Amino acid sequence: MSGTYLGLPSFPDAAHTSTHDTQLRANLTHATHTIRTKRATAINELPDWPQLRTAGAAIKDHTLHHLDHYLLQLETAVTNAGGTVHWATDADEANRITTHIIHTTGETEVVKVKSMATQETGLNEALHTAGIHAYETDLAELIVQLAHDKPSHILVPAIHKNRTEIRDIFHNEMAHWGRPAPDHLTDNPTDLAEAARLHLREKFLRTKIGISGANFMIAETGTLVVVESEGNGRMCLTLPDTLISIVGIEKIIPTFQDLEVFLQTLPRSSTAERMNPYTTMWTGTTTHDGPKNFHLILLDNGRTDTLADTTGRQALRCIRCSACLNVCPVYERAGGHAYGSPYPGPIGAILTPQLRGTTTPLDASLPYASTLCGACYDVCPVAINIPEILVHLRERVVQGGPVTVRGTRTTIKPAKGHAAERAAMRAGRWTLDHPTAWSATQRMAGATRRLHPRRLPLPGPAKAWSDARDLPEVPAQGFRAWWQQREKDTQRGKGEQK
Amino acid sequence: MRVALFVTCVNDLLYPDTGRAVVTLLERLGVEVDFPAAQTCCGQPQFNTGYRHETEPLVRRYADAFDGYDYVVTPSGSCAAMVRDNYPRIAERAAAEGRDDGLAAAAAAAVPKTYELTEFLVDVLEVTDVGAYFPHTVTYHPSCHGLRMLGLGERPRKLLQAVKGLELRELDGAEECCGFGGTFAVKNPDVSLAMGHDKVRHALDTGATILCGADNSCLVHLDGILRRNHAPLHTLHLAEILASTEQHPYQPTTTGATR
Ligand code: SF4
Repeated sequence: MSGTYLGLPSFPDAAHTSTHDTQLRANLTHATHTIRTKRATAINELPDWPQLRTAGAAIKDHTLHHLDHYLLQLETAVTNAGGTVHWATDADEANRITTHIIHTTGETEVVKVKSMATQETGLNEALHTAGIHAYETDLAELIVQLAHDKPSHILVPAIHKNRTEIRDIFHNEMAHWGRPAPDHLTDNPTDLAEAARLHLREKFLRTKIGISGANFMIAETGTLVVVESEGNGRMCLTLPDTLISIVGIEKIIPTFQDLEVFLQTLPRSSTAERMNPYTTMWTGTTTHDGPKNFHLILLDNGRTDTLADTTGRQALRCIRCSACLNVCPVYERAGGHAYGSPYPGPIGAILTPQLRGTTTPLDASLPYASTLCGACYDVCPVAINIPEILVHLRERVVQGGPVTVRGTRTTIKPAKGHAAERAAMRAGRWTLDHPTAWSATQRMAGATRRLHPRRLPLPGPAKAWSDARDLPEVPAQGFRAWWQQREKDTQRGKGEQK
Repeated sequence: MRVALFVTCVNDLLYPDTGRAVVTLLERLGVEVDFPAAQTCCGQPQFNTGYRHETEPLVRRYADAFDGYDYVVTPSGSCAAMVRDNYPRIAERAAAEGRDDGLAAAAAAAVPKTYELTEFLVDVLEVTDVGAYFPHTVTYHPSCHGLRMLGLGERPRKLLQAVKGLELRELDGAEECCGFGGTFAVKNPDVSLAMGHDKVRHALDTGATILCGADNSCLVHLDGILRRNHAPLHTLHLAEILASTEQHPYQPTTTGATR
């Protein structure tokens, strides 16, 4: 992934700030709880939801198993339909290809439909350096761009902002980017939408290049699919002369018919709608209609390495519905920015460390950004066992082990800073594997219990615990000792009876 | 029927009352319970923190300790889930790395006989009214692993509803995680506390005097927050409520203000 997010604080440090931001917490709780309830209702309407979930997982698994085959099939189909296919192994290559295509046209402006792949590659920053202005046209993405901020949710990038904050952003920033916000703009959602519409319409009509991602790519036909709610995406996809789509290679499905599963599960799972308002599909180029040039950039950027991991590869099934974010109690408190990646929440906690590796403190902290409560696994429409992958990645962090980096099998060392924990775990395991040692530990705890303070002035784990929680008191007699005593008493009782 | 109690390391060390309550309760229901002294810990803390290799001897220890019993009953949903969900996985991974050493057999033996307490009562003994008496207002927090990994469903609440004198108060956002999460509570203290405070607030809103759970790990965290804030609410393990009768009402035997 790109360097855009490098140098960010580890998850616990970032969450320290966000959990204390009461406005942010309130915005997030309100938004996630609303969508959570609506989603549950929409899912309950479908009696065959479990089957759809299994089917979705099966289609994705099958495709991932034969990824090479389907990607080549897609390349042929797209080329036959008049498009051009490019392969990008990493973020820099994808950005280089994109910049080159734009430079060839002589244009200096592009409109973008929301695309996670381009956030992953840091395309906007790369284009900026190359003297090209990229305009986000998804409403929430526009808000984030105008606010010089980063998205904090997969589906609702501006979930952390409320409408008064949005009014202020429009009011203060729109003029610097194009058509200013109307005077006396209120924070009424209709007025805000109208302001965005007027601002964006100008750009749609002027700009000659569109940049998109895709929700799905269909191998047999070479068709790309974008699923959205606003119609702004459709403007980007149909009005410009040149369309560049940058898509992660895992977004492929074999046949047109496979879409039937995902067009049912994706909208219900993400926006709690039976059907999303706009589904745009495009296949290469067509004379007298739509873009005259179509470029598809297939992005790897850590995906084939992820595919090489038998447990972790499930993460590539993800259809980015964001249901896992909306039910996650950790995401709700910490907010999306704490994950330091375009992929926040539970899916981010497993995808980012796989795509980027676990070498930075931030990436090494992500697999721990979960209580393993399992709510994410429950809602996932493609049944990704997120807790299983989290634990698997924790192992990678603390013990190292075999991984694939850029196609080569290597063994990585444990991430820094776990030596003390590892030693403690080993010692603990030894004690627990020797019941006599374990009961001695217990007796000692009981005997010294008066010495265990309620609030520890010590640094480290005990402090993290006792800063705001009392420690439990150690009882005088543990269960084991009580049982032994009872056994003795019964024996004696039996003896006396004789 | 040979039944063994797997008391769990947390209960063994910190909450012996819970273990005693399970013994009292099962004996009252006519079950003869044994406590094999070779047991220690299921390995969940190590496994969930990423030390899978360190859990392998504990899998074997568990299987050996409970060898020869028909049922292993434990008052902890997360420890039961550890055995049932993760033991086979640990054995499989060890075999793939060339270290089977009978681990697969150990896991296969442990899984089918391991029961969480409420499962054992409802599914094996087929009782929901265990003859308990507990004249207090109670609200129930279902722990995540019991709820989602084991699918305990309505079992705990059914048992509570059948307790004489007990008034069960509905907990808002009951199915949401309390924020304990094992090492999560110390690795991510801010988020853990934010979640814990919300849970505690909802529990206080019910007006109940007892916050009941079926997993002392969650309760140690919630209890710590409650006591730090001198809140008028006490945590208690479900087993201790079920063990309580008119003749022998619940009485904490451990000294101290833990509960
Ligand atoms: S992991 Fe599952 S629930 Fe989360 S965004 Fe992806 S598909 Fe949706």
